Amino acid sequence: MASLQELQGRKGRVITDKDAREISRVEELSYDLKISEVMTRDVKTVSPEMPMSSVLEILRVNRISGTPVLENENLVGVLSIEDLVRCMEKNELHVPVHQYMSRAIVSVNAYDSVVKAIETFSTHRKGRLPVVDENGKLVGIITKGDITRGILSALQRDYHEEELRRYRASHLFEDITSDRTSLILRYDIKPRDYTNGGQASSYIKRALLRLGATPQLARQCGIAIYEAEMNLIIHTDHGGVIRVQIEPHRILMQTTDDGPGIADVDKALTPGWSTATQEVRDMGFGAGMGLVNIQRCVDKMTLDSSPGKGTKLLMEIILRPEERFKEIEDPETAP
Amino acid sequence: MNLQEIITQLDLTVLTQPKSFETIEPTGGYASDLLSCVIAGAKPGNLWLTIQAHNNIVAVASLNELAAVIITENASPDPSVIEKANEQGVTLLVSRENTYQLAGKLWEMGIR
Repeated sequence: MASLQELQGRKGRVITDKDAREISRVEELSYDLKISEVMTRDVKTVSPEMPMSSVLEILRVNRISGTPVLENENLVGVLSIEDLVRCMEKNELHVPVHQYMSRAIVSVNAYDSVVKAIETFSTHRKGRLPVVDENGKLVGIITKGDITRGILSALQRDYHEEELRRYRASHLFEDITSDRTSLILRYDIKPRDYTNGGQASSYIKRALLRLGATPQLARQCGIAIYEAEMNLIIHTDHGGVIRVQIEPHRILMQTTDDGPGIADVDKALTPGWSTATQEVRDMGFGAGMGLVNIQRCVDKMTLDSSPGKGTKLLMEIILRPEERFKEIEDPETAP
Repeated sequence: MNLQEIITQLDLTVLTQPKSFETIEPTGGYASDLLSCVIAGAKPGNLWLTIQAHNNIVAVASLNELAAVIITENASPDPSVIEKANEQGVTLLVSRENTYQLAGKLWEMGIR
């Protein structure tokens, strides 16, 4: 169990509530976690000359089902409970270990991923595997139980980290005292990058949820940003920038690009009107509803564009009292 | 009617990682191949019927917190789309039938 405490050095990864319910996280962890992080370091070993009766005693007292055999600190074999059973059947408990141990050693490296151990377990049908370092020296032993414990503890830590993140983020505006605090998120969007379309909006939605926004508010901002993000991807010459400014009482979202600009802004705001190419329409874009959708989600939208120069889209949501991010109370007006 | 019953009765193929579909009760449905119309028209918890099978259906489904996307006429998304859906917890299902037929059946089943 000592090995479990050493897991803390592992690089944490963001886990969402949705992920937590999925088995895939376990798979991911089996690649992330190193064998050295989950193995047992305190290994009971025996020597080749030891009588089998002593091994029986060691296995019994420590409640284990096998042990590596070391000679001058070198791994020379493995003795399992099956070997002991064979020995007892023949009534040979007095003979030395080397007569019954298995010399075909299947071991794993301490620096390998846990998934390597899982694979080795399934191909060799072993109950335990000796773990060696880069010099082939025995440094630990790993069982399926070690893996289960290691993964569970890593999952729990992930969950805890996410809780902690949410807690910290949701107190951001309370923890920082200023006359006007705002948090600015910035995303650079590449033109024609359909593969990553929606990435920025999903990051922004998650950031807002962490800050303690209501799901409704996070969804509204997500949709507005998604449409604006896709406009940058579909229509701009060189992509553009999304800037989101979060303040306790409002959210200001802005996209800026350097062209080509919109020839007729009024037309662009007409539901169903679109300049999208057939290729883009085939993908389901270009419904001519983007700006209309944005208008529906925000309190104020300003579209400023001129051909040849570029477009600036400003979107603002004024938070209702129950949606506002908690701020530190004014010491003078606080009771 | 829960999502598991819908999957079984309509013989849908589940492309993404299984979830406890029997705990998901779709709140209704929406059919369109235009993403912005879906964003405007679909409500959280809805089923979305479309023939689109590219990456952006995942973003739309996730933003709108849809119960599942049912891709019609056996259109098959790339593995990268399925991977992205798994990452975002979006359920992708496939049907042999076209959108019109499938919507009719769902309506009959009481998903309205």
